[in-house]
Amino acid sequence: MTTLLTNARLIDPEALTDTPGSLLIENGRIVATGDVATPEGAAVVDCGGRCLAPGIVDLGVKIGEPGERHKESFRSAGLAAAAGGVTTIIARPDTHPTIDTPETLEFVTRRAAEASPVRIRHMAALTKGREGREMTEIGFLLDAGAIAFTDCDHVATDTKVLSRALTYARSLGALVMGHPQEPGLSKGAATTSGKFASLRGLPGVSPMAERIGFDRDMGLVEMTGVKYHFDQITTARALPPLERAKRNGFDVTAGTSIHHLTLNEFDVGDYRTFFKVKPPLRSEDDRLATVEAVAAGVIDIISSMHTPQDEESKRLPYEDAAAGAVALETFLPAAMRLYHAGQLSLPQLFRAMALNPARRLGLPQGLLAAGAPADLVLFDPDTPFVLDRFKLRSKSKNTPFDGQRMEGRVLATWVAGKQVYNAEA
Amino acid sequence: MTFRARHLLGIEHLAPEEIRSVLDLAETYVDLNRRTVKHSDALAGMTQINMFFEASTRTQASFELAGKRLGADVMNMSVAHSSVKKGETLIDTALTLNAMHPDLLVVRHPASGAVDLLAQKVKCAVLNAGDGRHEHPTQALLDALTIRRAKGRIQRLTVAICGDIAHSRVARSNLILLGKMENRVRLIGPPTLMPSGVGELGCEVYEDMREGLKDADVVMMLRLQKERMDGGFIPSEREYYHRYGLDAEKLAHAKEDAIVMHPGPMNRGVEIDGELADDINRSVIQDQVEMGVAVRMACMDLLARNLRAERGRQAVGVMV
Repeated sequence: MTTLLTNARLIDPEALTDTPGSLLIENGRIVATGDVATPEGAAVVDCGGRCLAPGIVDLGVKIGEPGERHKESFRSAGLAAAAGGVTTIIARPDTHPTIDTPETLEFVTRRAAEASPVRIRHMAALTKGREGREMTEIGFLLDAGAIAFTDCDHVATDTKVLSRALTYARSLGALVMGHPQEPGLSKGAATTSGKFASLRGLPGVSPMAERIGFDRDMGLVEMTGVKYHFDQITTARALPPLERAKRNGFDVTAGTSIHHLTLNEFDVGDYRTFFKVKPPLRSEDDRLATVEAVAAGVIDIISSMHTPQDEESKRLPYEDAAAGAVALETFLPAAMRLYHAGQLSLPQLFRAMALNPARRLGLPQGLLAAGAPADLVLFDPDTPFVLDRFKLRSKSKNTPFDGQRMEGRVLATWVAGKQVYNAEA
Repeated sequence: MTFRARHLLGIEHLAPEEIRSVLDLAETYVDLNRRTVKHSDALAGMTQINMFFEASTRTQASFELAGKRLGADVMNMSVAHSSVKKGETLIDTALTLNAMHPDLLVVRHPASGAVDLLAQKVKCAVLNAGDGRHEHPTQALLDALTIRRAKGRIQRLTVAICGDIAHSRVARSNLILLGKMENRVRLIGPPTLMPSGVGELGCEVYEDMREGLKDADVVMMLRLQKERMDGGFIPSEREYYHRYGLDAEKLAHAKEDAIVMHPGPMNRGVEIDGELADDINRSVIQDQVEMGVAVRMACMDLLARNLRAERGRQAVGVMV
């Protein structure tokens, strides 16, 4: 099976180039890019001058299986991902029950493979039940296919337990993902403290809680030598120590969420709970600093932090409402805001959305080069539309972008050379 | 007279002329309330439901009396505290209420923004009687009326608000109202009870009470909740009284004719000296209670007028 995608803008996140050309797919892999002659018998797809990029590798997606299938299933998440240009989902283990044994991991791996049109890889919990008391069977879980270990938004308060788990993970070469947040300071917080939180009368957390959490975790990284990834860096204050840690040669990377790059605390307005995410949206200064850090490569990875919540969990007073937003389908259009604002180029965006997460996880995806898997997204960065949340494919419709003007639409998605989404179909 | 609002959810949504309209109308109700026959038919035939998700004696009584004096049928619904946190209850309560066709709904809720949420779901006029630490608009309006009657104006005054600003909806509503009416507002309190970023809201922040009270026309004391007294936010009750309790010595730093206010209920000997609170030359605390009934009557009257007008427009099929 040979397919030639012609007349495309090739977005290469490795070379950081954006050039016209063609791309040849054979047996699920990219075999050539650039000026490619049409081989005999190849199916030819004219991309109409639109952008062709490696499919998004989305690190940290919550799917409701097992336990909350009414919020999101592997099927609905997979369809939403395909429509959003996400070709690899890295699923979070914060399910019910937690993915903390090889048995539960095998269950989700099997279910995901049956149901999803895009690739799904699974992370496992670092501690049993994500409770921060006993480490999980990291070795068995690695054998069963765990791609990384994380307790998600549960921050271990017992530093001794955490240091042992990190030491053990280091001995097996496992990647650990942490949530930089000082748990005492951020307890009960629904917003970032400051003028807005004070006006609305909402409990806030100082942005310093992220920096303190970062510093503690960084100390443990220095102590144990573990491979560590900070899931979301969202404040300016955490950036200098992150830069310093990288300069000093520690094996650390950092991510941030698309919501923290495109929204700020004021978007919450009159208690709009769809804007409640974890950590809470930050000040405009923090947002801009975070965008700059992505452009400079200090923050490596942008994630959607897709977190489906049903209406019942959101139609509550702000403090009581659940945190999180669906984002698989709005990830790319939201990212285009940064492109249109001139803050990040398309290759820079795909470096953070595809190449860097794939590299960090040791996956062959994220490249637009011969030999890489043909996981691709074709999109038009300029198509304008107004987002209607009820048209989303996710079972939950909790997007902060409802009713907003967006630009950028996914036209087609391929996984291993097979088309899994076509906007015109 | 200008008052366009459909609900009274917060001072934030009111224009200065709307605030003035409420105060002017409330003056007429002050007179009415001092007569032997205290009755008006402004709300005759209308149903007012007081729904308090948080315990309250004074505010609820004030709203109840206000409604009754305007001729409304008043019902008090006390909602058990344990079911408050369940959000379904709030939305479902709204739906249940709709079926009862109330005209005015007075709501107090422990969560900030909960009254806004309820207002989106019901078909009547909603009055916020306090939501979390967000707003308590009728308190700010009754304070404004009290100040206007005592000082002859509600602008170009220096008003010091002292105490637990961080947890106080009264402070927020007053800060917004006094700012809108072009007064100078000072917030005084220990830094642990001061909300962050509040200095950017157009007021001055003081940690030293004597400094903050200097030349103030109005001194507004706030209640310190019992649960905040032991070590969490301040070291102790007695240290708080020493540094932030209002007594004659500290009050001497304010203007000679400065008035003393308190939204009640007072903790005598914690935030205010008992004798000072009773000093009829300085304290207007009893006036505040009286103005409370009048202001609430005015608010409900104005909202009822808008509600009638809106329903009238709907009945004749005019696009709103």
